[in-house]
Amino acid sequence: MSRSIAGQNVMVTGGSRGLGRALGEALARAGARVVLVARHADELADTVAAIRAAGGEAHAVVADVAARDATHAIAGQAAAAVGPIDVLVNNASTLGPVPLRLLLDTDCEDLERALAVNLVGPFRLTKAVAGPMVLRGRGTIINVTSDAATEAYERWGAYGASKAALEQLGRVWAAELAGTGVRVLNVDPGEMDTRMHADAIPDANRAELADPPRVAAEIVALLEADPGPTSGARIAIRTGPTAAAAGSEETAVVT
Amino acid sequence: MKPATTYPQQRDDVRLLVIDPAAPLVPPGAALRETRTPALPDFLAAGDLLIVNDAATVPASLRGRDDDGNQIEARLLAARADDRFSAVLFGAGDWHQRTEDRPPPAALPVGARLRFRALVAQIAARAPASPRLVDLRFSAAGDELWAALYRAGRPVQYSYLAHDLPLWAVQTVYAARPWAFEMPSAGRPLSWEILLALRRKGVRWASLTHAAGLSATGDPAIDAALPLAERYDIPAATVRAVSETRARGGRVVAVGTTVVRALEGAAMEDGGLRAGAGETDLIIDPAFRPRVIDGVLSGAHAAHESHFSLLAAFAGPTLLAAAADHAERAGFLTHELGDSMLVLPGALAPAAIRGALRAASQSPPDA
Repeated sequence: MSRSIAGQNVMVTGGSRGLGRALGEALARAGARVVLVARHADELADTVAAIRAAGGEAHAVVADVAARDATHAIAGQAAAAVGPIDVLVNNASTLGPVPLRLLLDTDCEDLERALAVNLVGPFRLTKAVAGPMVLRGRGTIINVTSDAATEAYERWGAYGASKAALEQLGRVWAAELAGTGVRVLNVDPGEMDTRMHADAIPDANRAELADPPRVAAEIVALLEADPGPTSGARIAIRTGPTAAAAGSEETAVVT
Repeated sequence: MKPATTYPQQRDDVRLLVIDPAAPLVPPGAALRETRTPALPDFLAAGDLLIVNDAATVPASLRGRDDDGNQIEARLLAARADDRFSAVLFGAGDWHQRTEDRPPPAALPVGARLRFRALVAQIAARAPASPRLVDLRFSAAGDELWAALYRAGRPVQYSYLAHDLPLWAVQTVYAARPWAFEMPSAGRPLSWEILLALRRKGVRWASLTHAAGLSATGDPAIDAALPLAERYDIPAATVRAVSETRARGGRVVAVGTTVVRALEGAAMEDGGLRAGAGETDLIIDPAFRPRVIDGVLSGAHAAHESHFSLLAAFAGPTLLAAAADHAERAGFLTHELGDSMLVLPGALAPAAIRGALRAASQSPPDA
């Protein structure tokens, strides 16, 4: 069974590049009305123009999700553009300075910045958007996370801690919103061929990395699945060539 | 009564005066109870319906200059088109001065240009009521205009407040589309703690969106015309919830004036409701007889305020005078950051009597 994403109002943060852009494109192709949030106006305008040129509906909100005063401006502009939001994808995130540093060499301010972008920003935006969802009795929040949230990778301390906290917040959101019709999912997209990944691991073999559009298609399928994943679930998407070799091509693993 | 000058420590913990028009007037006080907002669920019953205005509040105050360099403030009060808003213009100064003490703007003809940081607007029309009530056509439209408004605008606020209001402070917890030019503030004390407690009790919620305009401008000609016609949007699910609630003898409780205006404005002669978008110029005064709504959760208002006369449509003058007197003596705080009042028949009745009241309301009038 499936429920269509067509006609739904979807907001994606970090929407100008990488997975966010691919998601915006895939959602708009599926008929969703998409609001993309990103800091860089020019890149964002390019993405929105590309979606519109392909016949999709997209709107740009230029903002930094980590900025305290940006939350209601983002939510307000999004709702002015498309109406109440049905799906929020908290995708924007920062690695902090690269090359990644050992925790002993990490500046406290860099940990704070990782928490501001990857944890507190999504919390504020979720707070602003989930209220009206609860009132209307439906909605989905997706937190984009990483295996760095569950594995102790050296040099990924600030990022990994912020994502672990984001996941825990997602589980508590899900517990508190049980019975309201609003679900919260933690989605780990796996290692993707994005600029962010190249910044973190410049010498990675790109052939082994997942393609963002394929991951985006999996996330759209997750949103359209009926019944979809249970609220609070952590979903690991593995679509890369390595996953294929392991025989798990195009599987969404629910843990 | 004094206005609240600052945000309460906790959104959902302010004073609440419960006013029960169905309770006996003697002994004095039987129809009034003072409590605090977290106790709100005690006064509603399973089967009741609470309807809120889910409009988010626009940062509707824009400060800038005209072409001659004169200071100007525009307070938006209604959206007219993708690039066009109605607005009231003020001269020099800001919210720290009382609106009635603000100098008017320089005389500006139709076609005059105003600049608010990067945003440019042209006066497209002036209302017959006052040259300060204008339509502004902006140089941007749609997404671009909204981005500029959120960059340049501040929430509209009045001189009784102690400090600048940030945008978050004028949003309800369920705010969605930015349609309101002042906060639909009766819903400000509602937290999810309270809303979820109501639901656990069997009280349903529904929403509508109503474009609340400005409550005062300080220009007597404009103030006499307020509230202007305001647009609303009532979802089909809300219309269904109202008719189901009424069919089962539950009470329909409006959160704030804006919900009363939208629902009663959309009500037809027979009490039926139409879903969808509309505009209402309905004025609720003491003579008004509501067709749809049984009770109102409202901010605390003093007897001389226009909002108070709205409450009079739901409770008689004697009871309301007693309520105003109580609120005055108890030091209730008014306006958007203040205390609350609930006017609801049966709110103070013991459960058994409440059941009888409901049975009575369900009986045909000649039974």
